[in-house]
Amino acid sequence: MKARVTVTLKSGILDPQGKAIEGALRSLGLSGVSSVRQGKVFDIEIEGGDRARAEALLKQAADKLLANTVIENYRVDVLG
Amino acid sequence: MKAAVLVFPGINRERDMARTLRLTSGREPAMVWHADTELPPGTDLVVIPGGFSYGDYLRCGAIAARAPIMDAVRAYADKGGLVLAVCNGFQIACEAGMLPGVLMRNSRLKFICRDIFLKVERSDTPFTRGYNAGQVIRVPTAHGEGNYAADAETIARLEGEGRVIFRYVAPDGSRNAAYNVNGSTNSIAGIINERGNVLGLMPHPENHVEAAIGPTDGRGLFAGLVDHLAKAA
Repeated sequence: MKARVTVTLKSGILDPQGKAIEGALRSLGLSGVSSVRQGKVFDIEIEGGDRARAEALLKQAADKLLANTVIENYRVDVLG
Repeated sequence: MKAAVLVFPGINRERDMARTLRLTSGREPAMVWHADTELPPGTDLVVIPGGFSYGDYLRCGAIAARAPIMDAVRAYADKGGLVLAVCNGFQIACEAGMLPGVLMRNSRLKFICRDIFLKVERSDTPFTRGYNAGQVIRVPTAHGEGNYAADAETIARLEGEGRVIFRYVAPDGSRNAAYNVNGSTNSIAGIINERGNVLGLMPHPENHVEAAIGPTDGRGLFAGLVDHLAKAA
């Protein structure tokens, strides 16, 4: 089964990398971008076909390693 | 002082640290590999040194914090053992849950590699008894992710409990945004855990201990530790 874990910075956490990217987009002349926040995407293959089990496993993986929940939120999507 | 220096792949400050421990304590520290599961018997100081463990993959310190040796280090700290975590070591200690908060990308996005000034906020810890409270010391710093952040409640607790041990300051000791080199909340450069036996700091006191290469302001930290352990023995 394929799954995706998306990790994003919590709102209110300063994201200097996002700000730098935002500035670069502006200097490319791409107008209309009001804000950029950088995150991470993990594409993960899961053994077996049990959806609920996969979700529980990935939630554990995110809590224990993939995200630092002091500053980051995450979302688990089992894509099937 | 029987020190143990942890070694992770990608760490590069472990030999500076070992040299300083030898110079200040007269005793060779043990080098402990990340895949080991035990600390040498009789260890009275664990040092997590600086560097770029695992190439800073995922987040600085995140992979090293989950290495087998870290279970032993946590158990050691839970029993009151002293842990000194410098630079990447500070990031590892935060990721391992031994210290609160997180070290984020420097607010000005630049890697900072130069001397900075630190105010020692307290002298009544095993790590700072070699200094006077309020003393300003000059030590090198070298990091891209040293911007200390935590939620408002954690910051209030750290401040309220006197657990901020080092702050980035101007040479005269005043707090000033221009000298808060990485944008850390409240200019925080180093903190201690609730029990007072785990210290994390971003700068490198171990690199300012020999007159031949410059200031020796870092020496107080190690001399203080040696003194503390000699008195405790």
